[in-house]
Parts: sequence; C-alpha cells; structure tokens
Amino acid sequence: MVNLIIDGVNVQAEEGSTILEVAKFYGINIPTLCHHDELTPYGACRLCTVEVDDGRRTRLVASCLYPVREGIKVKTHSESVMKGRKLILELLIARCPNSKTLQDLASQMGLEQVRFKMENEDCILCGLCVRMCAEQMGSGAIGFVGRGQKREVVTPFHMASEICRNCGACMYVCPVVDLQCRGVKSPGELCNSCLVITPQCLGKYDQVMCTLESCGACVEKERKIV
Amino acid sequence: MRMKKIRTPQELNSLRNSLLKQIDPNKPCVRVCLGTGCRARGSADIMTSFKDEIERQGLEIQVSCKQTGCHGFCERGPVIVIGPKEIFYQKVKLTDVPEIVSKTLLNGEAVDRLLYTDPTGQKALYEHEVPFYKKQTRLVLANNGRIDPTNILDYIAIGGYQALAKATATMSCEEIIDTIEKSGLRGRGGGGFPTGRKWRSCREARGDVKFVIGNGDEGDPGAFSDRSLMEANPHSILEGMVIGAYAIGANQGYLYVRAEYPLALKHLQTAIDQAREYGFLGNNIFNSGFDFDIKINQGGGAFVCGESSALMASIEGMMGEPRAKYIHTVERGLWNKPTNLNNVKTWANVPLIISNGVNWFAKIGTEKSKGTGIFSLVGKVNNTGLVEIQMGTPLKTIIYDIGGGITKGKRFKAVQTGGPSGGCIPEELLDLTVDFEKLTEAGSMMGSGGMIVLDEDTCMVDVARYFLDFLQNESCGKCVPCREGTKRMLEIVTKITRGQAGEKELELLQDLARTVKGFSLCGLGQTAPNTVLSTLRYFRDEYNAHIKDKKCPAGICRDLITYTILEDKCTGCGACLKLCPQQAIDAYGLIHTIDPAKCVRCGICRDACPFQAIAVK
Repeated sequence: MVNLIIDGVNVQAEEGSTILEVAKFYGINIPTLCHHDELTPYGACRLCTVEVDDGRRTRLVASCLYPVREGIKVKTHSESVMKGRKLILELLIARCPNSKTLQDLASQMGLEQVRFKMENEDCILCGLCVRMCAEQMGSGAIGFVGRGQKREVVTPFHMASEICRNCGACMYVCPVVDLQCRGVKSPGELCNSCLVITPQCLGKYDQVMCTLESCGACVEKERKIV
Repeated sequence: MRMKKIRTPQELNSLRNSLLKQIDPNKPCVRVCLGTGCRARGSADIMTSFKDEIERQGLEIQVSCKQTGCHGFCERGPVIVIGPKEIFYQKVKLTDVPEIVSKTLLNGEAVDRLLYTDPTGQKALYEHEVPFYKKQTRLVLANNGRIDPTNILDYIAIGGYQALAKATATMSCEEIIDTIEKSGLRGRGGGGFPTGRKWRSCREARGDVKFVIGNGDEGDPGAFSDRSLMEANPHSILEGMVIGAYAIGANQGYLYVRAEYPLALKHLQTAIDQAREYGFLGNNIFNSGFDFDIKINQGGGAFVCGESSALMASIEGMMGEPRAKYIHTVERGLWNKPTNLNNVKTWANVPLIISNGVNWFAKIGTEKSKGTGIFSLVGKVNNTGLVEIQMGTPLKTIIYDIGGGITKGKRFKAVQTGGPSGGCIPEELLDLTVDFEKLTEAGSMMGSGGMIVLDEDTCMVDVARYFLDFLQNESCGKCVPCREGTKRMLEIVTKITRGQAGEKELELLQDLARTVKGFSLCGLGQTAPNTVLSTLRYFRDEYNAHIKDKKCPAGICRDLITYTILEDKCTGCGACLKLCPQQAIDAYGLIHTIDPAKCVRCGICRDACPFQAIAVK
C-alpha cells in the first residue's frame, strides 16, 4: 500500500492504481470525458488534471494516468486546476455546443460564458469509441485519421468497414453524440437548464431515465422566458 | 568486400597506421563540400569537374579529390578546402575549377578572388582565419569538412572507433556511465536532461530486452544541425550509439530520421553497412561478447514525432502520438521495454568524451552546461550557417562576431531560439550567455538549436502568429488544450494582426497560453505558447500598438499599414507604376500617388523604387 494525501486527507491506496481511481474510491469527484474504467487510460481530454506535489516540485498531471506514489500531495480542485479545467471545457463547448454532457459539466463547474467562435462539431475526439472497438469488442474497425485540426474518427479510407459488426458499442460509450441538447438557444449560450429545472419526464415515467433525447427542460425554460 | 572483421583494438590500430602510411600528408587534396547547402549551389558538378580536370591533366597520382560533409558556412557555398595548406575557397563556380587545379593544386598559389573577404577588405587564406570560424569551438562538427562521410576508412584514419575499442576493451559498463555522468553531458535534443543519469536509469531498469534510439527527427523551421551531422559524420553517431548500448545493455538500436533528409538517410545506411562489414556492428563487437545492430526508421514528416514517446509509437508502427511519461521511457519505452533515446548530437559527443576523458570535456562550457552547443544561425544575419560554440558564449558573439551582424546594416530586434517551442530574446539581453538555464530563464530554450535572427523590419506579433500556425498544424490533435487551444490562440493572434482584437482578447490569449502550457500532454503543447509568452514579455508595446492604435510598427501586418509615396523623394520614374499588380498607382502629375482602396500592400512598389520614395506607415 502507498500513503498519500488527497485534498488534505491522508489516504492509503494500492500500488499501481492511478490518482483518479483512488479519488473515486474516496468519493472525490474528478470530471473526465475520455476515461472509462474498463478501457486503457488515454489522457486526452485533460479535464482530470490535478496538482501533484511530489516533494521536489508541484506540477499538473493527468490523474487518469498518474500512478500514486508514496508521500505525494494531491490537490484535485485547486484554483489553478479549476481555472484550466474551465478553459478546457470552454474550448470543448465551442467545438460541440450541442452536447448535453458538456453543457451539464459547464453548469457544474460554473462556466458562464464561451468566448470563442462557436463551431458545430459532434465529436470531441476523446477516443473512447476507438478503444472500445479495439479493446472490448476485439474489432478495431474505427480509428483516428489525420493530425491536429484534421483529426477525426473514421473507418479506414472512409469506406464501410468489413470488420464492423454494427454492434453499437462505439455509440454506447460516446459521451457526446447520443446526448444532444435540442433546446432552443442562441449560439454561445450556456443553457444550465437541465440542472436547474426538474426533468419533465420524471413523474410521467417513473422507471425510465431518458438518455437519447433532450429532456425538454431547456425548451420549457425557453417557453417561460418568452 | 572485406572478409575479416576487426576484433581487437590492436587490429584497429594497425589498420589505422597502415591507412596513415598510405596517406601522404603533403599531397594536395581538394575537399569539396557536398552538404545540402553547397549541393544546392552546384557543388556536385564542381566535384565532377575537379575529377575530370585532374584526369584530363593526368594528375591522379599527384593530387586527390574527395567529397566531405557540410563545413557550416552555407552562406558562402559552394565551399572547398585545399590541403595540405588548408586554403579555404568560397563561392566557387564551375569555371574556377581549371584555375584552381593549375594554380593552387599544382603550384600552391591561392586564387585571390575566391578567398573570403571580410567587410573591412581583409582576406582570409585559411578556414580558421575566417571570422565565422574564429570564435567557434568545433568538436562535434570538427571532422565534418575533413572526412568523406561515405568512407569508413576516412573515419578510422582520423581516430574513429578508437573510443569504442577503448570502451569495450578497457572499461566496464559502470565506468562508461560514470564517465558520461561526470562529464556533465546533457541531452542535445533541447531538454538538456543529464545523459549519464538517463543511461543509468535505463541500465538499472528491469527488463531482458532494451533499446537505444538516435533521434534525428529534426523538424524545426530553420534548423539543420542534426541533418548536417548525419550527412557529414554518420559514423560518429553510430560509434556513440554502440558505446551507449554497450553500457546500457541494449542489443538493438534505431535511428529515427525523417524521410525529407534523403542524403542523411543514404549516408547513415552506407555507414551502417560499412560498420557491419568491419565488425563495429553485429555480433561479438571487439570480442566483448556484446551484440548490437542498428536499424533506420524513416519518419513521415510529423513534427510531433521528434517527441520521444511519439517517436517510439511511430517506430512501433502506430500513429505518431505522444503518451504521458509519468513512467519514463527508460523504464517502459519502445514496445514497453526500457529504452534510452538521445538526440544524434548527444550520441556524437559520446566518443569524444570517452577518447579525451572526463576532465577534457568538463573544462568546456559553463558550470551546468558542459561542452558545446550547435546552432543553425539563420535569418537576417550576414553569415548564415552552422555554428558550434562553447556553452556560455554570449549571444552577441554569435550574432555579431560569428554571424557578422545584421544584413543591410539594419538594426537587430530579437533572436528566436529553440524553434517553435522556444521564444524570442530581445536586444537588451544580447549579453546573455547561451546555456540551458540562461535560455530557459529568458523565456526561450535551447531546443534543437535553431537560431533565427530578426531585424527591425520584423513584426513580433507576426512572428508569434507564424510559429502558432506551424504548431497548430503540427499538433497531433490528441489532447484538447493543444489541439483546440493552439487553434484558438492562432485565431486571436491573427485577429490582433488584423487590428480586430481588443484588451479582452489579449487577456484571453494569456489565459489560453497558461492553460495550454500547463495542461497539455506532451512537450509540444507544453512549449507551444512560448513564442507568444516571450513576445508578450519583451514586446508588449508592439501588441499594444496593434490593439490600441491599430498600427503595425514594423509595417508588416497588411491590414494595419498604408503605402504612401513621399513627394520629395519621388522622381516620377514610373518603376513602381509598371509593376503594381493592382494598378493602384496614379501618375497624373510628375509625382505618383497610391490609391489606398486599390492597394493590397504587397510591397512590390517599395522593392522596385530606386529612390526609397515609398513609405509604409
């Protein structure tokens, strides 16, 4: 076992586990977008970045990849961490403004404004689908193509893949595509509605959680404003 | 084909002695630079012409001719040196060849007009008299202009592979690592990590299979030091790698070289084949029971593949993407095996240290940065070329003494070091001595040794924009801060150059810079904002001029400048009139005028005006 301090609390953790796993175990919530417990950590979204003081220096590390070490001091929500996380989220929302996952995270973190020109992408390039397809479904039908701004997830040569079994696992893990905000809002506006208003479907369908469609809370909000 | 491999230091010595006996030190020998720069200026034809001329005059026995790698003084190419007197000729033309043969080769007389003349009119007969070389300390590049890179015997004759013989025959692995550690050698790829410590970690790392890698993936705009070394002295890199592998316990090495360097690839492959033939690579090297071989891997041209983990992914056949290195590559690198990666320049330093000893090396340079630094001196400087200086040499010496000052007598503004990851150093820091720490303190870095000199006509915001554009194109796109952040930073800086940005944007730019620096996955992203941050630190007034006054002081940013014709200087010659692609110049009277609505600020008129009558505001 390894002894470390997370957010001022002395904790013990198994050797080889990552900061993210330990934090989760002790009930500390670190936001992630490209992480899945059953897939290889990737470290692409950088939202899980935390501050680590290893006795020699303090630095920012991705908690999903950083293995715990004896005596390190971790701050999961320090000021610099939160500032960076918010800006990263702002960058992501500017890319995919219609993602409910991102809009919800924005509400949680208190992000109030997007200062960049809005785009209308669907994919945040977290790579969950690529890893899911290769690691869990044993298929490897999709992958990253291109560099930098031209990066995208596609099948080889953009052609229908022969090894894709249409299992839908990629859709299942995708944090953004399935959950689209369908609410009416002007570009750049952060909606915050879902967290503020009780979802409309609750009550009507006791056992059902809506995931695929917008819950309508935002539409409701819009109506009230009008 | 040589059949017998060299197995003992004695055999190497006797080969060397027999080679030295064959070479008559007084026999005239033309050494033609066939480095990339001189080749582009036609040195390959000059080489053929020399051979033909020598054959025509029947002088094969009296004189010889050979190709060498880059001499460094690319500005004055094609460069040739004629032994035994070591007469240095520059800007040699094909038509000069017969005269050089008859005058210099046969009679030992110098051809005056081919000698280097410095701005004061002083002529230099020898290479070491040329100011460009005077203040340099050429260790790693010392033999670039002496040996034929495609001939291993040339390398052996100057003492090549002696360090390997010494290391394998007389030193234990521990001793070798100790020597490198005590010498203070630091990674020449830019990071400056102590090489000895890296080797030790890799040696101590658990693993049955280990690898060493030579990083020759030099992608910075304006840098060509790795290229020149690989082209000119490939054996020095190989020798360093074999010694390193022996000390670390690796049996396989890789050289990662970009495919855009065809000559380097060719020379390295030739060198590897020759080294195998002589037994410096292969099984049981110097009877030590140590087996080692090197394979060349061609890079596809992604800048990010110069980053160690991306480079390893690329060798593995994966996409060239970095991974987090919280577990170092010396423990888990190529195919998850302990891997020691060093820049090719670092490897080339190793034989020198082993041959000459710790104390010799530790005497060169500063307290924390030992040895020499190699810089590709380019930009608005008179003597562009490859420069090797002792660590701790002031920037001023490099730019003014070696570089010969700024072109066209203009004023120096800044020097950009370290490539896209580095920063700009202003005039007030010209006395800064160049070493790893000092450059980092100044907000720049050693990097791969690019040194771009900028003059007063350079807009620093535009420089930042240029490097950001490069980086956002070269970002692999894996992590969000680098992919999205550099894109947005470029958007903002472009807005500034167009006069469309305000204080708010500048603030956002700084926030972004800090986040991209702190939160990015690899070195590319973590250093990407450096040019913006350093220009903001030293040239804030230029940013302010763009933002507040909507002016570009250097007259570069097209949206913020106007071209006007100065009445008192214009003679009405019409030179500008004919060239203007927009027909924006009117000449109703004698004095011309420019119609700002039609003008696209291309600057053709200014270049064409013989009276400097066109002003940019």
